Amino acid sequence: MTYLQKLLNEGKFVITAEVGPPKGVDLTRFREIVRLLKGEIDVFNVTDGQGASMRLSSLAGCLAILSEGAEPVMQMTGRDRNRIAIQSELLGAYTLGVRNILAITGDYPTLGDNPQAKPVYDLDSVGILLAASSLMRGKDLSGNELRGEPPRFYLGATVNPNFSPLEVELIKMEKKIESGARFFQTQAVYDLKVAEDFSKAVSDFNVKILFGIIPLRSLKSAKFVSEVIPGVKVPREILYRLEIAPDPKLEGLRISAEFIKKIREYGLAHGVHIMAIGAEKSIPVLLDML
Amino acid sequence: MIITKQKPFEEIAEELSGYDRVFLVGCSLCATACKTGGEEEVKAMKEKLEAVGKTVTGTVVLDPVCNLQKSRRDLRKFSQEISQSDAVLCMACGNGLQTLAEILEDLPIFPANDTLFLGEIKRFGVFEERCIQCGKCLLTSGVGLCPISRCPKGMVNGPCGGAKDGFCEANPEMKCIWLEIYEKLKKMGRLDEFRKIIPPLDHSLRVKPGKYSFRRGVVNDVPSKAS
Ligand code: SF4
Ligand code: SF4
Repeated sequence: MTYLQKLLNEGKFVITAEVGPPKGVDLTRFREIVRLLKGEIDVFNVTDGQGASMRLSSLAGCLAILSEGAEPVMQMTGRDRNRIAIQSELLGAYTLGVRNILAITGDYPTLGDNPQAKPVYDLDSVGILLAASSLMRGKDLSGNELRGEPPRFYLGATVNPNFSPLEVELIKMEKKIESGARFFQTQAVYDLKVAEDFSKAVSDFNVKILFGIIPLRSLKSAKFVSEVIPGVKVPREILYRLEIAPDPKLEGLRISAEFIKKIREYGLAHGVHIMAIGAEKSIPVLLDML
Repeated sequence: MIITKQKPFEEIAEELSGYDRVFLVGCSLCATACKTGGEEEVKAMKEKLEAVGKTVTGTVVLDPVCNLQKSRRDLRKFSQEISQSDAVLCMACGNGLQTLAEILEDLPIFPANDTLFLGEIKRFGVFEERCIQCGKCLLTSGVGLCPISRCPKGMVNGPCGGAKDGFCEANPEMKCIWLEIYEKLKKMGRLDEFRKIIPPLDHSLRVKPGKYSFRRGVVNDVPSKAS
């Protein structure tokens, strides 16, 4: 059982944070962030060429985290690899100590920094989960036997509570659960009503939910998230607070902290997933406010 | 219908640099419909080439170029013009061009068109891709909307997380086909189809190059256990 799985099963309110490997091989800053956050959060979630931009691999980032004595979740997209590469990388990651896997379809290459790339998408997120589940049963996706003990992963996937119509996301979520997902991290949510409605809608699903938190840094960043995250609405009251705050960054952290407290207090989710997008060093400030 | 788009003339002129005597071939079907290789376009190309100093040895619009035996027969009438040519400019699709190459053997052949996709003629001059010939038509849920060709990611189990206000992440001018599939299934009262998990596609069914003969069926060049 992974540490993440153990904490979630014990009913602890789990805090995960997203970290993006560098564009290059210098892991100094990456390691600094991991060291800084290690005692404060529970597990690190490592992106896989987020936004379709070419970075150091998620697996290499996960290894750096393991070597710092913390637990990673490896994001695995279907954008750049076919099913042979996906399964092979899953096996490789397992032997290197990575157990938590988050399956994602992946942003389209033309949105990234190598837009000429050939998009793969041999497997969508459901397909990646099916592949991992199959490996866990000792067989590859084509039914060929694996040798020796099969790997034991803890599988996760993503869901967007802001999506409209929500029914589409819920049906997809059920497919992901059926394919092996046991925990879900959501897109950023700012509206408590959205969080409550989603929480109610998934209350029968026997899975763990981590609400996505992206601390806002300014009015501009609020505009940015509404542009990039499908369906997300930053409530007017939050926009107003950011507008009048003398220190909008700090106010953004305060807003996130209040939101996390409400999620925890009302039992809307099993934890949160903080995506600081470059401002990871401010996470301890946010956590101090909890 | 194979959808083609004519290359910019500078690119065509560049391909033909060093070849002075050019034979032009158009196609009566798709390229005519796309206005990239019908009688009119072949005539216009002839004029343009002549304006930059080329000699056009002859022109023909084959019916259609991709019918190997028929084109072989029809080109016999032009054997003299062709024998006097340094190159052929093909105003059909990439398939038509290769049919010509098979017939004309050693004569250099250049494409005047970029071959884009297999598509539907929406209305005059507007074409949309509807099928990428995946080898096993999956449109079993009966909605008649193909996610393999119409979703940039070829998602088989529903929309990716990127659809915004109903529009596609990769192409914001296009509605997310998966949302359309969902809406149509819902309207038809058949949402259960959407709930089904579609296993990963079998790509061994579309090993390139595909082959099919009436007698022997689909034949792939690469041996595969999967099919
Ligand atoms: S599923 Fe789509 S791509 Fe495949 S044959 Fe049918 S229409 Fe074409
Ligand atoms: S938004 Fe819809 S159509 Fe576009 S890639 Fe995602 S699922 Fe496919």
